[in-house]
Amino acid sequence: MTTTAQTHSPDFLAGDEYSIATYAVLSQDGTLYDGAEGPALERDQALRIYRAMLATRVLDERMLAAQRQGRLSFYMQCTGEEAAVIGSAAALDDADMIMAQYREQGALMYRGFSFDEFMNQLFGNELDYGKGRQMPIHYGSRKLHYMTISSPLATQIPQATGFAYGQKLAGDGLCTIVYFGEGAASEGDFHAALNMAAVHEAPVIFFCRNNGYAISTPSVEQFAADGVAPRALGYRMHVIRVDGNDVLAVYRATELARKIAVEDNKPVLIEAMTYRLAAHSSSDDPSGYRSRKEEDAWRAKDPIRRMQLWLEAQGWWDEEQEKALQDELRREVLDTMKRAEKRPPPPIDSMVTDVYADVTPALQRQLDELKRHVRRYPDAYPRGARSLDPALGQDDDSQGGD
Amino acid sequence: MPTINMLQAINQALDIAMAEDDNVLCFGEDVGGFGGVFRATSHLQEKYGKARCFNTPLVEQGIIGFANGLAAQGSVPVAEIQFADYIFPAFDQIVNETAKFRFRSGDLFNVGGMTIRTPYGGGISGGLYHSQSPEAYFAHTPGLKIVVPRNPYEAKGLLLAAIRDPDPVLFFEPKRLYRASTGDVPEGDYQLPIGEAEVIKEGADVTVLGWGAQMEVIERAVEMAEKEGISCEVIDLRTILPWDEDTVVESVLKTGRLVITHEAPRTGGFAGEIAATIQERCFLYLESPIRRVTGLDTPFPLILEKEYLPDHLKIYEAITASLHY
Repeated sequence: MTTTAQTHSPDFLAGDEYSIATYAVLSQDGTLYDGAEGPALERDQALRIYRAMLATRVLDERMLAAQRQGRLSFYMQCTGEEAAVIGSAAALDDADMIMAQYREQGALMYRGFSFDEFMNQLFGNELDYGKGRQMPIHYGSRKLHYMTISSPLATQIPQATGFAYGQKLAGDGLCTIVYFGEGAASEGDFHAALNMAAVHEAPVIFFCRNNGYAISTPSVEQFAADGVAPRALGYRMHVIRVDGNDVLAVYRATELARKIAVEDNKPVLIEAMTYRLAAHSSSDDPSGYRSRKEEDAWRAKDPIRRMQLWLEAQGWWDEEQEKALQDELRREVLDTMKRAEKRPPPPIDSMVTDVYADVTPALQRQLDELKRHVRRYPDAYPRGARSLDPALGQDDDSQGGD
Repeated sequence: MPTINMLQAINQALDIAMAEDDNVLCFGEDVGGFGGVFRATSHLQEKYGKARCFNTPLVEQGIIGFANGLAAQGSVPVAEIQFADYIFPAFDQIVNETAKFRFRSGDLFNVGGMTIRTPYGGGISGGLYHSQSPEAYFAHTPGLKIVVPRNPYEAKGLLLAAIRDPDPVLFFEPKRLYRASTGDVPEGDYQLPIGEAEVIKEGADVTVLGWGAQMEVIERAVEMAEKEGISCEVIDLRTILPWDEDTVVESVLKTGRLVITHEAPRTGGFAGEIAATIQERCFLYLESPIRRVTGLDTPFPLILEKEYLPDHLKIYEAITASLHY
């Protein structure tokens, strides 16, 4: 609805006339800010959130080490952003759709994806739901309402608008949350998604993890504006900026956003201010573009430590429980990793399935030709040979290519 | 001549082009101070300043639209798309704008100064979205030039030619070879011709044709074939569009056999276009059907990447099958 009001003097609005404050509830020492309005989190829910945050941290630490040991081809950590991702996922209905970018394994952890399920994807074995086709960390779960990750950036954002619109028509009272970084928000898909969501009144929550960097590019080189949040106003959308390392603020903001989305059929943008403490991926080395001092300043704002102190202040957690949980998680990560590594790769037939609903005759011929070739040179294709004859290729347990 | 790798060769070419002409600009995601995720643009910002070498926001359609505008204005943009898999948001700008700028304006305006650099190809455990070879999509677009180097020497000479070429050039860099391929490269300025294939090795029995990273794979296959007494003529196409028909025709008229290889899927791949042209021009001279050794007609896999790739064994099999037809 475009305004018809007139003015008779040439008054420009400047882009910097207002700024958006950050909603924060929990300070780093685990106490609430004076007068801060937090969520009514119950003990069990708080501990479920905390467990998922810690489990994500433990998984990330161990799997990066596994990558460094050459056991895994690639990895991406969520480190530093656990409160943003898990705090928001926890404020939803467990049947709401999650469309993530790639750094949101914490949301999947919160929903109950098992370590075995994580590991099967990471090692691309025969039990990987994605059949060993995508790089590590490209998880998906239909039963947990978590759309399979796609590497191209921002493509999931307009898809979330469409998914949410379908949920509205279905009348099931559910919404979609879509995660993305402040870098991905520069893609055209982001703008298309917000505009269509506002126009078509889709129950979608756009959750921007403003973690300061898109690989090496700092956010000051990504946009001239006051972050991503002000863009919502251009689309006539609700928006809130929140301290992304503050699990209580993230939870409360998302809880309220969900109400707006589901009850009023209006999209909401949440911008969580946080920091990517880890490298972009196992292929990246941040020492080439940012200082240790800057990282240390953010490490002091660790979201997990902050929540731990709050839990202790509630009398819901203590050092002993912390140690027991850490030990349990570490053990489980190691055990499941060993199991997943040993499992065979997906069968060679999986190369041609799922391209279409049915394998085309031409593709079947290509597969048959490939099988003849692999049988002729089994040593050159240990994985393919192993699926044609389990006696072959047993010595190949490495991930990745040459 | 110093021995350097392909990234260093590309970096040298960009450095020479920027030193020679103030109108040359390099930009893209992470291209500025960091020097690109593969470091192809290392130190260029230090040398030439932030106005000429810089990070862009993360928006490929914006990068290429911006480059189109710059080139129309008279600048010489060298835009980087971080991975060829991520070029598709810019497809509209490239296919509808870059390729047609000169034609639609009756040459009032053109974007001939622009070059798009992008790493392509598999063999690095990159899965679906860090492995693709999208040259054939663009080869269907008159107005573009498409160049793919096979080693550091070629990369430097062809990139300098691409930057100075009067038409827009898409420059696909075989990222598997970025550090793996090393060779002697002159330190100074030199150019290699765009639009000309190169006969790398002369032979009598069969012509084996490829480009980019496949040339190294062809070399291994040809070694195997020659041990069996098969004499192979090897051609690097180098430019996919407009491609050098005459060099390939001349070779096939001599050998009577042709094997073409690329990593991209078979159907709609550029090998099909070459095969069609060669059968038109060499029909009576062909001793056996033209063979294609390519990726499967599927998305690029991860765990079964080795099985998918058109490797030296598959090319060797195609060479012998071509001989024994």
